[in-house]
Amino acid sequence: MFKILSKKFLCPTVAKFEIEAPLIARKARAGQFVILRIDERGERIPLTLNDWSEERGTITVVALEAGATTKRLLSLREGEYLMDVVGPLGRPAEVERYGTVVCVGGGVGIACIYPEVRAFKAAGNYVISIIGSRTKDLLMFEEEIRGLSDELYVTTDDGSYGQKGFVSDVLRRLIEEGRKLDLVVAVGPVPMMKVVAEVTRPHGIKTIVSLNPIMVDGTGMCGCCRVEVGGKTRFACVDGPEFDAHQVDFDLLAARNRRYLEEERRALERLKEGRA
Amino acid sequence: MTSRIVPKKYPMPEQDPKERIRNFREVPLGQDPETVKLEAARCLQCRPPKGKIVPPCVEGCPVGIDIPGFLALTREGRFEEAIALIKEKNALPAICGRVCPYENQCEGACTLGKKYEPVGIGRVERFLADWERARGFRVPARPPPTGKRVAVVGSGPAGLTAAAELARRGHAVTIFEALHAPGGVLVYGIPEFRLPKEIVFAEVEYVKSLGVELKLDVVVGKTVTLEELRREHDAVFIGTGAGLPNFMRIPGENLNGIYSANEFLTRSNLMKAYLFPEYDTPTKVGRRVATIGAGNVAMDCARTALRLGAEESYIVYRRSRAEMPARKEEIQRAEEEGVKFLLLTLPKRYIGDERGWVREVECVRMELGEPDESGRRRPVEIPGSEFRLQVDTVVVAIGQSPNPLVPATTPGLKTSRWGTILADEEGRTSLEGVWAGGDITTGEATVILAMGAGKRAAASIHEYLSGKPWPSDWKPVNA
Ligand SMILES: Cc1cc2nc3c(=O)[nH]c(=O)nc-3n(C[C@H](O)[C@H](O)[C@H](O)COP(=O)(O)OP(=O)(O)OC[C@H]3O[C@@H](n4cnc5c(N)ncnc54)[C@H](O)[C@@H]3O)c2cc1C
Ligand SMILES: Cc1cc2nc3c(=O)[nH]c(=O)nc-3n(C[C@H](O)[C@H](O)[C@H](O)COP(=O)(O)OP(=O)(O)OC[C@H]3O[C@@H](n4cnc5c(N)ncnc54)[C@H](O)[C@@H]3O)c2cc1C
Ligand code: SF4
Ligand code: SF4
Ligand code: FES
Repeated sequence: MFKILSKKFLCPTVAKFEIEAPLIARKARAGQFVILRIDERGERIPLTLNDWSEERGTITVVALEAGATTKRLLSLREGEYLMDVVGPLGRPAEVERYGTVVCVGGGVGIACIYPEVRAFKAAGNYVISIIGSRTKDLLMFEEEIRGLSDELYVTTDDGSYGQKGFVSDVLRRLIEEGRKLDLVVAVGPVPMMKVVAEVTRPHGIKTIVSLNPIMVDGTGMCGCCRVEVGGKTRFACVDGPEFDAHQVDFDLLAARNRRYLEEERRALERLKEGRA
Repeated sequence: MTSRIVPKKYPMPEQDPKERIRNFREVPLGQDPETVKLEAARCLQCRPPKGKIVPPCVEGCPVGIDIPGFLALTREGRFEEAIALIKEKNALPAICGRVCPYENQCEGACTLGKKYEPVGIGRVERFLADWERARGFRVPARPPPTGKRVAVVGSGPAGLTAAAELARRGHAVTIFEALHAPGGVLVYGIPEFRLPKEIVFAEVEYVKSLGVELKLDVVVGKTVTLEELRREHDAVFIGTGAGLPNFMRIPGENLNGIYSANEFLTRSNLMKAYLFPEYDTPTKVGRRVATIGAGNVAMDCARTALRLGAEESYIVYRRSRAEMPARKEEIQRAEEEGVKFLLLTLPKRYIGDERGWVREVECVRMELGEPDESGRRRPVEIPGSEFRLQVDTVVVAIGQSPNPLVPATTPGLKTSRWGTILADEEGRTSLEGVWAGGDITTGEATVILAMGAGKRAAASIHEYLSGKPWPSDWKPVNA
């Protein structure tokens, strides 16, 4: 059992949880994730490590309400327990001194990019962060990321805060202005990562994305999380989740993530009716 | 004795096929004590043949259970002593009595079986174990602690057996398991209708009652490293199994609706997707399901598909019936349930619809040519025989490879070119104080072989902890 030490809503559909998990906290690195299960009947869902503290023996994850399981997760309170939390899973981000690194976070992906901003900065890079969301209320970690970045750009799709537009617009502009970018790391919704890949591709800028396929075990046992990178099948939970953006088949990923739409809808309806 | 030979096994009632394909309950229903006594009485109590020290059945059992011994006790109704005799060699009899390929092992070697049906050793073993479980296990007295600590990685049959054997000798044992439930393939792979999970958990409780500590949700190589376990323990046993699913690498294999056997079975068994939406994990089975492969795993998938609502469930296999590696009993049950066999058929590619779902599989017919290295006749394609099979769901059940996580994160731990961890006849690896056994050293094998390996390693670990030196001339037997 894993205790929820604190829970804070960042907006009505996103919450941050600090969870007691000393073994995971000792090993956590930027870019890795955990898989959790709320209770006996629960499904296993992956969430990126947003933060961790070896001293406190805790990890922090940020979850966006996407369907039944995350909705149930968001309804849990401080002091309650999660049945299972396992990790840290996946390969850590390859953090080195590249020069100028652009960290792009979209939506809840901002919470996922935060530890990478910190790690790339600590490794001595000049870090440009670009974060964006649909609207002002969904923006998160702005102050934390600003504090760690050499430059920060903020966008909202509807223009309610920062610049109106997409994170990729800012990235394109930086490139057009002739800035020398050595690495781009992007985490966010599949369409966003796909666009980022297209923006950097013609310029040959190395670009890394963190993929979010449906997972079950997270240890390479089931093959549920398979993605195609450079025409080869890879298991995102053990070979990734980070891959070379220019090699990823994003359309396949998007199609595979729609496998259970019908069941997800049923689960949500059932939850709304009051789960037995 | 010969005058009283009973040529056939006493029948074991089974759920009717029409009924059972609509539920996940166990198929065979078990026998009553009187029938079991009669079955045990069929045994001829053979003496060891010339030059052997045990009767043929015992030689056929990978863990060497005293089979005539427990059958004689059973015949007299002395069930408690009979199960105790089994447990001297086998800590998990309720499981082996159900899933052992006994037709190739103890029963396959039985003298009676030469002319008649062999003694139903598996079903007697199963009865005794169930009888004992129903009355509640007696927890054996714990030996004085030795002060030695042993880490066991993985809670499949290899790990559970090694842990039980070591605890029984007074060592402090901790099992580290990656998943949220113990049992390995016994819980995530083999379906409920063949091995009720309640039985696995009862056997796990028994192992825990010996003093073994079980730590779930720990991925060795990620949450802790093997090196750390080595530092904190006097010995380590690795029983991480063959959990990496193989794919055929043919076009379209990543289309929606195509599962690995592991995913398909894990969703259904471990995550209880057959109870969706009461349980949160979904699974999706269309009207027409094709399972690729013909081993035990494939039979389990094809039969699970029926129970999840498939109207047509096909086994697609590139060789002929004679080469199918699954247990005969399971093939027969699959057939009774309506699974159809497309033999001498090889999938070449999958064809999907515009939304990315598999719709057809293109296959080619095969014929058997010259024997290959395995002695089986090699299947060769018949040119121009391509045809398409309509499918909504495909399960790829063509085998698993050894789990690479521990070797990949442990410097100095040697593996073969197939990825199995190299070990000597006692299970010792290339690292001092580290043993391995089960599917991780042999590749996909059987429950009883994994248990045998766990047991051998435990004996070797015990000797090491009692002062026997690590060999200076280590020679792996599975190179
Ligand atoms: C490596 C990785 C890291 C992730 N990190 C975060 C994070 O930090 N914060 C966050 O909010 N979300 C994260 N996600 C996505 C998150 O796991 C899904 O939103 C969640 O599983 C949805 O579950 P649900 O039941 O609430 O929604 P559902 O209604 O089941 O699904 C909503 C969508 O989520 C996806 N999804 C469903 N089940 C799974 C599953 N078992 N595994 C992965 N995706 C699934 C599907 O594409 C689906 O369309 C991450 C995913 C991956 C693979
Ligand atoms: C569907 C199916 C049906 C089968 N049917 C039969 C049958 O009828 N009869 C028969 O005899 N055999 C059968 N087998 C084969 C048999 O189940 C295996 O040979 C046996 O389970 C191997 O035991 P094991 O202990 O070596 O490994 P496993 O049972 O695979 O257990 C390994 C355990 O280690 C854990 N693990 C892996 N990596 C790590 C890590 N890094 N850290 C922590 N834990 C880890 C896994 O989660 C797992 O729990 C079947 C197999 C399958 C898949
Ligand atoms: S363990 Fe398996 S092989 Fe040995 S006697 Fe029992 S059923 Fe037969
Ligand atoms: S070989 Fe068969 S008949 Fe002979 S002792 Fe063994 S079980 Fe009995
Ligand atoms: S989630 Fe099962 S292999 Fe990646």
